Amino acid sequence: MTSRRRALTMAVALAALAAVPLAAAALNQPFYLDLFRRIMIFAIAAVSLDIILGYGGMVSLGHAAYLGIGAYAVAIPALHGLHSAWLQWPLAMALSGLAALVIGAVSLRTSGVYFIMITLAFAQMLYYVGISIEPWGGDDGMRLPGRSRLGGPLDLGDPHVFYYVVLAILAVLLLAGERVIHARFGTVIRAVKSNEARLQAIGVASFRYKLAVFVLAGAVCGLAGALLANQTEYLTPSYMHWTRSGDIMVMVILGGMGTLAGPVLGAAAFLLLENVLSAWTVHWQAILGPLLVLVVLYARGGLWSLVPGGGARDG
Amino acid sequence: MTGLLVVEQLLNGLQLGVMLFLVAAGLTLVFGIMNLVNLAHGSLYMVGAYFAVAFLGWTGSFAAAVVLALLATLAVGMLVEVVALRTLYERDHLDQVLATFGLILFFNEAVAIVWGRAALFASVPPALGGFVELLPGLRYPVYRAVIILVGLAVALLLYVVVSRTRLGMLIRAGASNRTMVAALGVNIRLLYTIVFGFGAALAGLGGLMAGPIYTVQPGMGEELLIEVLVVIVIGGIGSIRGALVGAVVVGMVDTLGRAFLKPMLATVVSPAAADSAGPALASMLIYILMAAVLYFRPQGLFPAARS
Repeated sequence: MTSRRRALTMAVALAALAAVPLAAAALNQPFYLDLFRRIMIFAIAAVSLDIILGYGGMVSLGHAAYLGIGAYAVAIPALHGLHSAWLQWPLAMALSGLAALVIGAVSLRTSGVYFIMITLAFAQMLYYVGISIEPWGGDDGMRLPGRSRLGGPLDLGDPHVFYYVVLAILAVLLLAGERVIHARFGTVIRAVKSNEARLQAIGVASFRYKLAVFVLAGAVCGLAGALLANQTEYLTPSYMHWTRSGDIMVMVILGGMGTLAGPVLGAAAFLLLENVLSAWTVHWQAILGPLLVLVVLYARGGLWSLVPGGGARDG
Repeated sequence: MTGLLVVEQLLNGLQLGVMLFLVAAGLTLVFGIMNLVNLAHGSLYMVGAYFAVAFLGWTGSFAAAVVLALLATLAVGMLVEVVALRTLYERDHLDQVLATFGLILFFNEAVAIVWGRAALFASVPPALGGFVELLPGLRYPVYRAVIILVGLAVALLLYVVVSRTRLGMLIRAGASNRTMVAALGVNIRLLYTIVFGFGAALAGLGGLMAGPIYTVQPGMGEELLIEVLVVIVIGGIGSIRGALVGAVVVGMVDTLGRAFLKPMLATVVSPAAADSAGPALASMLIYILMAAVLYFRPQGLFPAARS
């Protein structure tokens, strides 16, 4: 599909998201504001995973680690009275980027199933570390002393302002992602997926590119973690639990990997499904699990491939 | 006195090691032969533990519960293979990860529906209660000693089956060239189902023995599974020998780290700092070990020969 039609579809989707607060107000259902803000935060995390998974072919099963690090980077300064978002959010990106650098430096030396297991193991290690540090909440987690402060009229305590801040970040991410993927850097990343040996044969040091995009994805997911801590106003190590990594990966696949809009759609579908099923029965995971198996076995392109103008992967 | 404490912790490490091995053996076999990443293997461990508790309550006999739980886990494993996993062998690892992740959600929830979400209490059978004096002054629980013996016996049995029997020969042949084995008239699909079932039963054996020591609850499989993944990454994926060595090393490092790291740190830094850093560091040890092994040997200690 042409980039023009893709841009149009994306614009329509973002406009629809921008209209959610109005609809929620009209229906007198403020809950939807909360739900869709959560969806957008997870969409940011899912897009960041898709950049390495869908475009780069790196099956990382430890992406929730950066979500957790981002959340800690908001909560710990807040605990010491530092509430500025201009400190917390860059810190979240820097720390999760750093963690991705260390994890990537070890795990990218391997490939295939080793890579899956190692990324999973490192994320779980951080989860156990989070559990065992009592001053930062330990197993139980802790309440966030207050939301991040952006300054000026941008008060995140106002649910609408917070909503549009998240939407703006998501929009910037999608625009920047579109640019990066079609730039030389993105071309190399996509080439890594299709044939890394050939890439090396023509003289591209692919390891550096893989590590760079791995760090980039980690940093973006760290920002999602910072937003998530603000969303829930709570910090818990379970943000890093490996089932969370699994959830984010499911969002990417459900929506359609190797596309930018797919993960957004996937995050919406996953969280809406969770919302509907859990209202219906407490044992909703007994339904979600087999559903997931069926999706993997029979529906391969993801939801985005069903959207008019969605079509094939842009890659 | 400290010497005896070290010996006791070494035995505990060995006990954790054989437990990890029972689960790792099936997982590494399934990967080595069917090229399948089965994250739901930990669920079979959990299912084994639950079956043991249920059958013990039903029959009142520990021996009968063990046999029935093993058979039931074997059956569940084969059923899962036939219904869901069989179609995944030809898929890429990403699909396998996602589908088996779905299975984990299902199993955890199914167990919660049948037995509830609260942890179940599984008691040590009276015949295996009490302590045995291994060394003068070292009294060790009989039950844990039995676990070590059973685990080592299974390891030996597995070695004999894989390297000395006709079934083992087929398993090794299936791992190196599936098409050729099928062309020679072996029912490879049946072989895969059998291998998967036995892997499940081994995990179930680990689970049913773990019941009285750890808690029986939904999600107990994944906690172990992550450690098992570390084990087989260290040992080399697909290698049973690697799984055994990796399991014992990980069991030892984890147990000794949790027992001695905090007191050791306390001699270097302040007790308060050791109190908070000790447990965190102890929980990181096996992952640091894994990173170190991978740095020097990216394919693990005993890479399985694959064509």
